[in-house]
Amino acid sequence: MKVSIYRYNPETDREPSMKEYEVDTQGKDLMVLDILALVKEQDQSLAYRRSCREGVCGSDGMNMNGKNGLACITPLSQVAPGVLEGKKPLILRPLPGLPVIRDLVVDMGMFYNQYEKVQPYLQNNTPAPAIERLQSPEERAKIDGLYECILCACCSTSCPSFWWNPDKFLGPAALLQSYRFLADSRDNATEERLSKLDDPFSLFRCHGIMNCVSVCPKGLNPTRAIGHIRSMLLERGI
Amino acid sequence: MSIRTITFDAIVVGGGGAGMRASLQMAQSGFKTALISKVFPTRSHTVSAQGGITCAIASADPNDDWRWHMYDTVKGSDYIGDQDAIEYMCNVGPEAVFELDHMGLPFSRTEEGRIYQRPFGGQSKNFGEGGQAARTCAAADRTGHALLHTLYQQNLKNGTQFYNEWYASELVKDDEGNVCGVIAIDIESGETVFFKAKATVFATGGSGRIYASTTNALINTGDGVGMALRAGLPVQDIEMWQFHPTGIAGAGVLVTEGCRGEGGYLINKDGERFMERYAPNAKDLASRDVVARSMMMEILDGRGAGPDGDHVFLKLDHLGEEVLHSRLPGICELAITFAQTDPVKEPIPVVPTCHYMMGGIPTNVHGQAIKLSGGHEGEDQFVNGLFAVGEVACVSVHGANRLGGNSLLDLVVFGRAAGLYIEDQLRQGMTQYEPTDANIDEAMARLNRWESSTGGESVPALRKELQSVMQNHFGVFRKGDLMAEGVAKLADLRKRIANAHLEDKSKPFNTARIEALELDNLLEVAEATAIAAEGRTESRGAHSRYDYPDRDDENWLCHSIFDPTAKKLGKRDVNFKPKTVDTFQPKARTY
Repeated sequence: MKVSIYRYNPETDREPSMKEYEVDTQGKDLMVLDILALVKEQDQSLAYRRSCREGVCGSDGMNMNGKNGLACITPLSQVAPGVLEGKKPLILRPLPGLPVIRDLVVDMGMFYNQYEKVQPYLQNNTPAPAIERLQSPEERAKIDGLYECILCACCSTSCPSFWWNPDKFLGPAALLQSYRFLADSRDNATEERLSKLDDPFSLFRCHGIMNCVSVCPKGLNPTRAIGHIRSMLLERGI
Repeated sequence: MSIRTITFDAIVVGGGGAGMRASLQMAQSGFKTALISKVFPTRSHTVSAQGGITCAIASADPNDDWRWHMYDTVKGSDYIGDQDAIEYMCNVGPEAVFELDHMGLPFSRTEEGRIYQRPFGGQSKNFGEGGQAARTCAAADRTGHALLHTLYQQNLKNGTQFYNEWYASELVKDDEGNVCGVIAIDIESGETVFFKAKATVFATGGSGRIYASTTNALINTGDGVGMALRAGLPVQDIEMWQFHPTGIAGAGVLVTEGCRGEGGYLINKDGERFMERYAPNAKDLASRDVVARSMMMEILDGRGAGPDGDHVFLKLDHLGEEVLHSRLPGICELAITFAQTDPVKEPIPVVPTCHYMMGGIPTNVHGQAIKLSGGHEGEDQFVNGLFAVGEVACVSVHGANRLGGNSLLDLVVFGRAAGLYIEDQLRQGMTQYEPTDANIDEAMARLNRWESSTGGESVPALRKELQSVMQNHFGVFRKGDLMAEGVAKLADLRKRIANAHLEDKSKPFNTARIEALELDNLLEVAEATAIAAEGRTESRGAHSRYDYPDRDDENWLCHSIFDPTAKKLGKRDVNFKPKTVDTFQPKARTY
């Protein structure tokens, strides 16, 4: 099959280009990450990130035939019709909207900055008990669908609002994290958290396009989380 | 040769659970601490831990007792876990776990609002007399993910200085062998820097990538063990590799023991629940070494499933969709992705898969690295400036076989313990050892070798060959002549790797360079494993030999110590003197 990969090495290339490779999958429906490993055996200068190879570490977010996802849990048959059969090339590009360091490796700095801005850690100024802070299963269930985020950046880098204002709009991943702590019964910094979000950009630049939902490899729903925060902000304003 | 120097009070190498627990402790103390990690910390392998963290917090059973947990751990270790260290871990454990909750770890909950605990293998009540315990604290089946993200978040809050995507390539020692820091490469720019520190903490994790089939992340290349061995430091019990019973056949991806804790069980191709024959009491929740061997025996006896008869099945469908989706949601995802199997409807094909390195850099409970010495009690000497925590360390709490859920406890308890100790030492005034230029050059030699290579074999091909040697010669069952052959093959690989070629020498984000440096480490770990496995002439825990099928307490109720300079195996006493409880005497180990 044919693989077309975005290549750019700032040391030697004036501009990025797409490079074609031929890979023999022996007819198997391999994961995209397996394909990258086969290409790297041919051409060791190819750079990409990878770690767990099972969809839990979030290293290998990339754009596969136009859609963001994790290379390690995306089989060829799911990338686009015809790729597995070799009728269409597999086209791999770095996550859109972030500066490229080399090949498929992007600079995640802006993404992490927005994450840090939401104070992504539990805040509770009451003295801790000798055991755990009690939390009912119902309270705990409120952070399901939120704490599972793996910071792969597939969502934020597919969001037009984030492309436009990556410094001022927090983006779906950071906002999902923000709600993860707002929804945690053990956290009591709600007021402080909400007041930090109450400006025209941080949260309100979300226009409900829902690209984040359609690409999230963990099946999470940042748009819904943003909606919850929106409601909290509105209730607070009344 | 002059390179840039960055100075800290303490540096931690590795951003997994152990490293971040240690750095958190030190950051809170106000000392200048840096954490160097070759990946962004939440990409570390701790993230893949599923089932939970075993600890007697007395939630599932109000009468639970850390001493029962200690008993299980000593027995699980096949009696070569150090009892003072196991005592410390089990006793301090509850405090360390409650801290995690206070930090925000989203544990699953009981109706009483307490942390949910599930049964895991090798757990008992009342020193093996009271039946199965449920002692593993869980955040669904994503406990490692929840733990790692929580620790990263707390480190952010407390201002730890992160050097993410920096790769530590070598220890820097002075002429007396005192550790002064590490050489590290900024992967993004390619710059090489000397990190100078009074305390260097290795938290580099395991090295499962020495095997062709492993549950481990691609980054688990034994960098800390490699650096220690090249520095002439010993490793302990490195022949002890855990094969996890349930890796997804073909893919190697882990399926948590929590599946069996929740009521799942293993069946052979005839649908028989075969563990009833091998471990009549604990059945599928026997210790991992026992279950893995039983599965291999089923397969070798022709009762394996699939066209090649090379795996068995993990049956979960009888638990029902609701339990599977609430308690084991991650497993359902993984099984669908990697085995094209929905556990709600059909069993998952599984096979024992390399999972965990019980051995490593020998340390005491404070994480201080131990030098080669006489091996008898009271003779331990320490490497000034060097500490090790987590999977790279061998404290030893796991001995010859680790119990499920004890690795995460090991991480937080000993990451914390090393942090506390170093903080205290820094307060009293620790020496900063100063390397000479020649010492720095020595530490740069390996990197320079690769940089000046002009021809030779390629890294991916050599790595593949090394992995298949380990897989074929040092697997679940071992045999003297087969291992001797493996040792010879590794000696040949050593020569070839010393002449291998790094073709791409560009600076920015050159992952080929990192993979080349990792290959050297894989080789060091593989060779130490091979020589130690051949040298331990008995069967104990995970080390199982056809030619020495029995445990030999007379000769081998001890740690093995591999000396990399002489390439010889020595012995070191196991600690049998816990401080507050009676010694658990070795006895026959049945489940």
